Amino acid sequence: MKKDFILATFEDDRQVLAATKKARDKNMPIFDIYTPFPVHGLDEAMGIKRSILPYVTLAAGIMGLMTALALQIYTNSVAWPVIVGGKPANSIPAFIPITFELTVLFGAHTTVAAFLMLNKLYPGKKPHIFDPSQTCHSFIMAFDKSNVNADEVSQLVKEHGAVEVKEESATIK
Amino acid sequence: MAEHVSKLRQPLVPEDRTYKQMSEDVLDTLERKPTKAWLIGFSVSALFLTIGMLVIVYQVSTGIGVWGLNKTIGWSWDITNFVFWVGIGHAGTLISAILLIFRQRWRTAINRAAEAMTIFAVACAGLFPLIHMGRPWLAYFVFPYPNTLGSLWVNFKSPLLWDVFAISTYLTVSLVFWYMGLLPDLASVRDRTKSKLRKAIYGAFALGWDGSTRTWHHFEVLSLILAGLATPLVLSVHTIVSFDFATSVIPGWHTTIFPPYFVAGAIFSGFGMVLTLLIITRKVMNWENYITVGHVEAMCKVIILTGTMVGLAYGTEFFIAWYSGNPYERYAFINRAFGPYWWAYWTMISCNVISPQFFWFKKLRRNMTFVFIITIFVNIGMWFERFVIITTSLHRDFLPSSWAMYSPTWVEIWTFIGTFGLFFTLFFLFIRFLPGIAIAEVKSVKRYGQKNEEPVNVIA
Repeated sequence: MKKDFILATFEDDRQVLAATKKARDKNMPIFDIYTPFPVHGLDEAMGIKRSILPYVTLAAGIMGLMTALALQIYTNSVAWPVIVGGKPANSIPAFIPITFELTVLFGAHTTVAAFLMLNKLYPGKKPHIFDPSQTCHSFIMAFDKSNVNADEVSQLVKEHGAVEVKEESATIK
Repeated sequence: MAEHVSKLRQPLVPEDRTYKQMSEDVLDTLERKPTKAWLIGFSVSALFLTIGMLVIVYQVSTGIGVWGLNKTIGWSWDITNFVFWVGIGHAGTLISAILLIFRQRWRTAINRAAEAMTIFAVACAGLFPLIHMGRPWLAYFVFPYPNTLGSLWVNFKSPLLWDVFAISTYLTVSLVFWYMGLLPDLASVRDRTKSKLRKAIYGAFALGWDGSTRTWHHFEVLSLILAGLATPLVLSVHTIVSFDFATSVIPGWHTTIFPPYFVAGAIFSGFGMVLTLLIITRKVMNWENYITVGHVEAMCKVIILTGTMVGLAYGTEFFIAWYSGNPYERYAFINRAFGPYWWAYWTMISCNVISPQFFWFKKLRRNMTFVFIITIFVNIGMWFERFVIITTSLHRDFLPSSWAMYSPTWVEIWTFIGTFGLFFTLFFLFIRFLPGIAIAEVKSVKRYGQKNEEPVNVIA
């Protein structure tokens, strides 16, 4: 669905950070800010909720650990018990390396998959780019026009050093 | 979050470069025609890769009897080369994961190239066990899968199988870690290029990255998680490689010191190779402002540390061999130093223990030519370390009647040279077609150590 946006372009990360803090103080909802690199503190200033990724990693890691133990215990003591080096069929210490590796394997790949899904990133996606410089050197603050007072916004961002303020309607996937 | 950065620190990026210029410095090379140096380097590497491939086809179709192995020495060049390449693969993850956790911000300029090297080195390493199987098309036998061979399972109590899991996990996790880090820079290429083809290709690989702060927030958490997972992973990989030897009963292999000793050696050899390549790359690509003398110096310090740890391990294992009172163990070590392979042992000692000690001097650490020469010695020394451990332990063990000598055949030599061809071909393709420096990350450390750290004046 198309939305109308007010876009403020900054060329300095410190200015966009100051503007974000001010906008939050004044209760102006920010739609998003597009930056070429992670600006420290900007996510906090925007009030973004803490990422749920660590919990995904924990759950997937536990899954990996259990899969590894189940696989090794089942194959060694149920499906086909073979005595190797005089060890008992179920020798847990010998299973630790693979258990560790599968914990990491499941944890890492599931977290990456969750990251891609949370941000709706996939091959062939054509994102809406407001300005090609948003992945190079400019910091673009986007406000949803229906949520804010256009005049207040443009005054605030100009006070903080925005080099350009414009309006554009776009569909953000 | 407050940053506690000393004002005394040296800036990591030259103060006069704007964000735009930083992108240009790194990405312009992708859009220009390849230079002559690149074309020559790439062609030579591709030539060696082709020869290597032909040699692999020959030995697989003839059988690995064309190697110089015999009944006594069942592992030699193949496993030496395997451990050598896996070891080199350790520096990339150390730089991108362990240094991230330690907040060593200088790593941003070199982590992309170092991690690419990790992936290429692990790919080279994987070839050797694969060829050693003799019938590489049955390589899937190493994975546990339900089957009709009498419900036969792989041996989960064998370190060789642990290796299968460790190396595959390491390769795939390093690959996604590296690829996720590439997303913002691929998007940069997509948005600045004028060529339609390039836009389509880089756009497809950028997965629709738009630089949203919400995405960046998840991205930073993801990097930290992957770094946290990769740190114990990288330590586990060489630990498990060392188990291949340490869990056996061969004198010279059966020692508890192997895991830390192998990990230190891996980081040592990896940094050697990273430096060898980066000293050339920074010059050829004109990246001396980003990969600075300071970076080289910091890596030299890691080389002294790990080189000295490796030296300590050599001394310790020799002492323990004597102190254990075990005549076989004692003989294995005396034979290493003074037996028929004495020259390999002393090459190892002089390259790995003596040569890095020059880096105690600041002047030498900052002399690029000198550092380059020493890193070549480190590469050679670490190859010999694996040769010494593997071959000299096997060639004379318990029964003198089964003692033997080993020398490689031309097939083994060319296979090894072929993997260098593979490694360098991939590296040349990498610096030509992908952003060789993580620009987004370097931009984020632009203010590090610079004078204008206080916030700019806001008119309000």
